[in-house]
Amino acid sequence: MRRRQLLQSLAVTAGAGWLSRFAAGATSPPAIARPFGSLVLVELKGGNDGLNTLIPYADPAYYRLRPNLAVAREQVLSLDEHLGLNPALEPLWPIWQDRQLALVLGVGYEEPNRSHFRSIDIWETGSDSHEVLNEGWVSRWMPASARGTEDLPDAVVLGNADGPVRGGGLQVISLKTPEQVVREAARLEVSDTLSADREALAHILAVRRQLRQTGSELKQYLAGFDDAALDLPKSPLGQQLKQVARMLLAGMKIPVFQVRIGSFDTHNQQRARHDRLLAQLAEALAAFRQVLLAAGLWDEVVIMSYSEFGRRVAENAARGTDHGAAAPHFVLGGRVKGGLYGEQPSLSDLRRGDLQYRVDYRQLYTTLARGWWGSSGAWQQRYPTLDFL
Amino acid sequence: MRRRRIRPVWRIPSLAAWLILAVTLVAAPAQGLDLEDTRHLLDRTGFGVRPADLSIFRPLTRSEAVARQLMPPTTEQPAPEWAEQRPFPDRRWLKTLPDAERRAWKTSYRQRRRDQWMELKAWWYRAMLTSDRPLTERMTLFWHNHFTSQLRAVRSPQLMWRQNALLRRHALGSYRELLRAIVTDPAMLIYLDGRRNHKRQPNENFARELLELFTLGEGHYTEADVVAAARALTGWTLDPASGDARLQSRRHDAGDKTLLGRSGPWGADAVVSILLEHPRTAELVVEKLWREFVSPQPDPAEVGRLSGLFRESGYEVRPLLRELLMSDAFWSAENRGSLIKSPVELIVGTLYRFDLPLPPDKQLISTGRRLGQDVLDPPDVKGWPGYLEWIDANRLIGRERFLRGVVRDLEDESALAGRSWSDLDTSVMLRLLWPLSGSAAQSRVEESGVRRRLIAAILDPRYELK
Repeated sequence: MRRRQLLQSLAVTAGAGWLSRFAAGATSPPAIARPFGSLVLVELKGGNDGLNTLIPYADPAYYRLRPNLAVAREQVLSLDEHLGLNPALEPLWPIWQDRQLALVLGVGYEEPNRSHFRSIDIWETGSDSHEVLNEGWVSRWMPASARGTEDLPDAVVLGNADGPVRGGGLQVISLKTPEQVVREAARLEVSDTLSADREALAHILAVRRQLRQTGSELKQYLAGFDDAALDLPKSPLGQQLKQVARMLLAGMKIPVFQVRIGSFDTHNQQRARHDRLLAQLAEALAAFRQVLLAAGLWDEVVIMSYSEFGRRVAENAARGTDHGAAAPHFVLGGRVKGGLYGEQPSLSDLRRGDLQYRVDYRQLYTTLARGWWGSSGAWQQRYPTLDFL
Repeated sequence: MRRRRIRPVWRIPSLAAWLILAVTLVAAPAQGLDLEDTRHLLDRTGFGVRPADLSIFRPLTRSEAVARQLMPPTTEQPAPEWAEQRPFPDRRWLKTLPDAERRAWKTSYRQRRRDQWMELKAWWYRAMLTSDRPLTERMTLFWHNHFTSQLRAVRSPQLMWRQNALLRRHALGSYRELLRAIVTDPAMLIYLDGRRNHKRQPNENFARELLELFTLGEGHYTEADVVAAARALTGWTLDPASGDARLQSRRHDAGDKTLLGRSGPWGADAVVSILLEHPRTAELVVEKLWREFVSPQPDPAEVGRLSGLFRESGYEVRPLLRELLMSDAFWSAENRGSLIKSPVELIVGTLYRFDLPLPPDKQLISTGRRLGQDVLDPPDVKGWPGYLEWIDANRLIGRERFLRGVVRDLEDESALAGRSWSDLDTSVMLRLLWPLSGSAAQSRVEESGVRRRLIAAILDPRYELK
């Protein structure tokens, strides 16, 4: 009784966003109409070079503008008569063949910003170029019905910073391993004898108790779960995805995960560095898929990439590329309809030396919101959904 | 001057420190600040209290202690060495370079600038930790959270440093002068697009925030007022070499505008004067200061009284703060422990209390970011909302992790040796660290050994309060 009153009193204050769910849940449990699924966001940190990821190998302009950086036509893994994958992405080939890899072409936005910080803010909040929002797009667009269970977080970020899940009352936990949170939560001082007659202390104690609860919940999931067989690459991304896989295989219903790989900010000597990053990306994703397939969970996961921008079409004098605009992004998962979506931007119709976008990046979000979370809203008219889900 | 003597006292052997403390506790005049008063005042207007501070505040009355907090600093940290350099590269000179050279120069420039961003943030942390009048730094941070700008948007560390110096210069001075200077502050002209505000195509970004966030607040102006203010502020740009603001008359709209019912060929000075004539401007500032220093809920009658005084004084901040800090509400028992320490207060305050060195720049800045307060990069133009928003699951873990790191530093016996904390009895220690008492929980802290008692006290939820 006291706890409920406390939570309800907290819920009406602005600062207690995620608690409001429990207060509301005390009277009306949220209806979950859809099978549960997890979204795994992969940030390609630094601005991935789309043109050397998905290569317009049939366009002579590509070879003309990138005399040192271009991937030779005969090495490209061709997807159709115009476009092909960088050979470093070869581990993704079986997924493409299984029609579970969607590549969305020319993703970007009007008046692209070329600052890492500003542009990633735009991507992560879903704002217009000159609009400043302080809540992540997931926080704004993920419906209550897609959220997780009470004692598990709504989003787990591997590493620091909240990105697309910031604000908006989502319970976010960033971690390196779930055991770390179990340990930290168990050590939290939760004093029962403290009288919480002050709102500030009541809030702190409520968050502590909730975190303790989350910690013991995670511990229960992990107990008796054997992950010795999980075989993921040793790369940083491979190790992040290993933790995601562990949590999924342990049965945790966590709706959003965020992982990242970088740095893709290849201003100089790009070719070898970029190829290496793409190889790490592809190997980690392919291994992650294998693990999930074996566990029968591949249909319950959708993976999407994002990055602050693509890169300049013409290579620079240091055999690298500078900050650009539109780029392709991938979506993969057991329920994804593979194929090419959108339209490849023209290499002869550039703006300030950059590709012009064909798909607003928020169309990816609305497609996920509709196809994955089963939600709809006025923003879907503004950013028409695509067909990959 | 007086402050200088603190450190040697701090370092003297423990018996002597204990004696000094005991003497000050016993010998203080009745009207002087007691332990709780001192802790309260220093938690709210500084970065917490050290045992050695007690001997300074014990003999003072509340009024004298407040006056002491309001004094200007006697020393200032020297500016970063690059502070006076050009704020942006010389594009004309760059064009004269051969391609390869220009490329190399730009790469190293970007790296240098990124280093300077970090240095600037760390520079401010250091200023906060070492200032002999920490209220000036607290108020600089307050104004940074009022007149927000983001380093990542402004990009030039030089211009952000200049803005920070401006906020510090006026931190306890004239709000009128500060507001006027902010209207044409170079970093602000970049952050809120004032430099793009041209009479042919007015950019309303700054004008809107000026009315909504910096002065009147929502509901006290119309869209027409935003347009009028934007027109009045057209024409301000940056000199590319010096970075100074300048008014370009061919971009300025010199025609008549009607702002809050007053018509005339207004420019920046007039906009500031008209906004300061409106009673809401003083109220908005007083309410914000109330939430910063007194309690989460401003008392309307007191806000009325204080904003009246603020206006009568010609918008002088120091007398206003003096009134606020001498108000009954500030000292009342019910408001003690009603606020949550900001990440900066938690970080700087903890280092200050236990006389610990600043961590390496990168670690320091990422800790602040993790805890939700990346100084010089507020989340948006509204700044950090603070209060309950300081604590969610993730930030709580971050705070806990930071505090446990500090605790590890304290676990080394030699690190504690000679610090006056080691000589305090538990009840005094807790009264210096917690704004709320609690005898039941206190027993847990009464384990043997000063370290374990300190550690338990720091990791207690009450340490998060102020």
